[in-house]
Amino acid sequence: MLDSLYQFVSIQTLAWLIVALPLAGAAINALIAVATAKRDIGAYRSLVSFAGVVLPMLAFASAAAIFVTMTSFESADPSFITGSLFQWAVTPTLVIDIGLKIDQLSIVMALMVSGVGSLIHLYSVGYMGHDEGYARYFAELNLFLFFMLVLVLADNLILMFVGWEGVGLCSYLLIGFWFEDIAKARAGTKAFIVNRIGDAFFLAGMFLIYAVMASANAPIGSGYFNFEMMSRYNAYFVPMATAISLLLFGGAIGKSAQIPLYVWLPDAMAGPTPVSALIHAATMVTAGVYMVVRLNFIFALSPFALTFVATVGTVTALYAATMGLTQTDIKKILAYSTISQLGYMFLAAGVGAFSAAIFHLVTHAFFKALLFLGAGSVIHAMAGEQDIRNLGGLRYRMPVTCWTFVLAAAAIAGIAPASGFFSKDAILWQAYERGHIVLWAIGFMAAGLTSFYIFRAVGATFFGETNAPLEKFKRAHESPASMIVPMMLLAVLSVFGGLIGVPQVLGGVNRIGTWLSRLIAYEVSHAPEEGAAEMVLMVITLLWSLHFAVLGWVIYSQRREWPEAVARRFGFIYRLVANKYYVDEIYDFLIVRPLNWVSTKILWQTVDDTFIDGIAVHGTARTVGVWANVVSMAETGVLQQYLLYFLIGAVVVVGYLAL
Amino acid sequence: METVLFYFLAAITVVSALLVITRANPISSALMLVVCFLATAGIFAMLGAMFIAVIQVLLYAGAIMVLFIFVIMLIQTDAGDLKRRAITFGKILGAVAAVYLAIILGIAAWRPPFIEAPQAGEAFLLPATMGSQLLTTYILPFEILSVLLLIAIVGAVVLAKKKI
Amino acid sequence: MIITVHHYLMLSIILFVIGAIGVVTRRNALIIFMSIELMLNAVNIAFLAFARWNLLIEGKMIVLFVLAVAAAEAAVGLGIIISIYRNRQTVYVDEMRLLKG
Repeated sequence: MLDSLYQFVSIQTLAWLIVALPLAGAAINALIAVATAKRDIGAYRSLVSFAGVVLPMLAFASAAAIFVTMTSFESADPSFITGSLFQWAVTPTLVIDIGLKIDQLSIVMALMVSGVGSLIHLYSVGYMGHDEGYARYFAELNLFLFFMLVLVLADNLILMFVGWEGVGLCSYLLIGFWFEDIAKARAGTKAFIVNRIGDAFFLAGMFLIYAVMASANAPIGSGYFNFEMMSRYNAYFVPMATAISLLLFGGAIGKSAQIPLYVWLPDAMAGPTPVSALIHAATMVTAGVYMVVRLNFIFALSPFALTFVATVGTVTALYAATMGLTQTDIKKILAYSTISQLGYMFLAAGVGAFSAAIFHLVTHAFFKALLFLGAGSVIHAMAGEQDIRNLGGLRYRMPVTCWTFVLAAAAIAGIAPASGFFSKDAILWQAYERGHIVLWAIGFMAAGLTSFYIFRAVGATFFGETNAPLEKFKRAHESPASMIVPMMLLAVLSVFGGLIGVPQVLGGVNRIGTWLSRLIAYEVSHAPEEGAAEMVLMVITLLWSLHFAVLGWVIYSQRREWPEAVARRFGFIYRLVANKYYVDEIYDFLIVRPLNWVSTKILWQTVDDTFIDGIAVHGTARTVGVWANVVSMAETGVLQQYLLYFLIGAVVVVGYLAL
Repeated sequence: METVLFYFLAAITVVSALLVITRANPISSALMLVVCFLATAGIFAMLGAMFIAVIQVLLYAGAIMVLFIFVIMLIQTDAGDLKRRAITFGKILGAVAAVYLAIILGIAAWRPPFIEAPQAGEAFLLPATMGSQLLTTYILPFEILSVLLLIAIVGAVVLAKKKI
Repeated sequence: MIITVHHYLMLSIILFVIGAIGVVTRRNALIIFMSIELMLNAVNIAFLAFARWNLLIEGKMIVLFVLAVAAAEAAVGLGIIISIYRNRQTVYVDEMRLLKG
């Protein structure tokens, strides 16, 4: 069947279609948004929905077609590049061209991004149906999808950075979607600025890469930042590998919300819930992990950098998990959960288990998106209520939402046979097996906390007695099909998605591992040892997670007064954690306020007002005025004086000429 | 002979010029100026420019100074004004500058050769030469000069009318 | 003592400077005008002296033109002075300050 497809389009064209279709959708929706601004969207609504949903689905179909083609390549390396669409920058010292690289890693990412993205676009039709900015929403969402696909499919680092910045932009636009509320607009700005800080590090890393490639006398024409070229000249990176890795990881810290640049992600929940699902769970925040895996050949040259990555990831995982215990807003619980799970992915990357990181990335996309969509469904049904203390007992009113949510919770908690079990287990096993016992221990504890807080959310929202006002509760009903269908599909993926990575010890083939291993040479340094230790660890982790899951579920559905008693007993610690360790306040005090002070007092009032305005601009004008007044004293109007000046002038000239 | 004549005429010129600029009464100044012009005409004659000398007497002393006298008489300066003189810094500066100019020019002009006047031929002395030059080489300035004089006449009439 | 060109030049310089002093010093516009005529005369003497010593007719031609132009200028200038007198009732130049500023 695919052969007939390839009679019409080449595989390169298909690759470009993956990227071009969402862009076309964005353009169409943007035009409609501009055309119907401040008026009712009317007849265009269906066109917007079509462009916004079908085009991403077609992009997914293209990616799927390419994937199937790639799997049919038996022994040869199935990766290919599309070649340069056009050359963006041509200078004597640098050439940047626009091209896509389809290999095992990027096709997996593209499938995940376009697939989960399409489902969330479909969900958005129901969720944002009554919103006035419907067309603008879909334009921005499609644009985001375009940039994310550019990010994962780029064949060089610069194009990837274009996508990186682009998703940051769309994140800002979508977080501040309801910009009339100033707090929401500020949340968008905060996200963009914190991201930017990370990007500064990323750029510094890119400059160093340029320096290395230039000193290696790499041919300019094929591009210094091309991934192929960089891996070919890998040996030259050795002296700078640590610096480059750390700087690039700095960018990942910002984009993927690790300590200390995670503060934007909880605030980003101000955006619509599908946005939180897509951007801040499945796709944008995973860009950092993708970048680290893509550049694994540089990171692998620096054991220090890898250790740093793993440590930051693990600490973040534990830190964010503790905050999930006390948050009361359901979206914020999920936001901290995302930060925590991203920490796990960096833990995997840091210990060298790159394919495990990608495996967890994919499964996380499934269950985290589902968790967010479920939360959105609840919020939609309860007319905007997000506080779990005011929810409860929704399981009979919204059964599909409830049980898909429970399945996703099981996945994130790592309860077999859901996908999260296999991926999280792969990470923890790799950490243990490569000797990082401390990291394993911290990850293990964080896994327990993860189970607890997610089933805390489950219990408080769907089970037990309801705390919601009776009127609201009576009006709650299941969401429309456009919202339910994506959730059910994601539930299937969350449960069965783990099958791509079943480890050998359980009889599976670890398909994703072998698929990616051709790309990631450094991973196969550790041959798997005997299966016994792995099985033991697996069982221990399973029991640990299950134990906390049940505990959390029961306490928060049946015995809600226990947590309140605990909170009162450990008042100080509770307040510390519930207020997010006051990190935002600390940042505000240490960074934001001084910066504001400097900007206002020094840059604005002193430099701008006094120096530039006062001295340079007005001062110049006043000086001219003063001098003009001085000079005009010579113009008395008395003609005789002017004749005197003539005479003196004549004397001077004659004196000069004659003598 | 020539020397005596020169010094005599030069002395009259200079003295009368000094008197021109120092007299309070404008009529006195005008009359002194006439004397100056007459002496200058003598100088011109010594320099072999007879025609110019005659023109000087006719034109300058005869026409222009008469014009001056008419205007001075039209402008009634009070006797009181004649007394007032202001010696300002500017005037002293001007006088000093002018003297300085004289010194500079004098020093610059004093250079060899110190020879007497060469023999002047008929062609040089005769007005006929001037006349022919006027109508051949200098025909254009000559014509323009006529236009200039016309403009001057019209201008003077317009300027001096009571009502335009 | 031979009369050389320098004698005439010195005479010309002295007359010129006397005229210059008159222009700068006197308040009465008519006296200033007369001083200007003095300066023109001085220049004429210089031209004729050079013409005589170099036997060039050009010097005389220039003097002729200078004379004619001086006449025209005198006519117009006196007309202006009369106009000013009619408007300002004064011919003293230090009282005319409209150009100030």
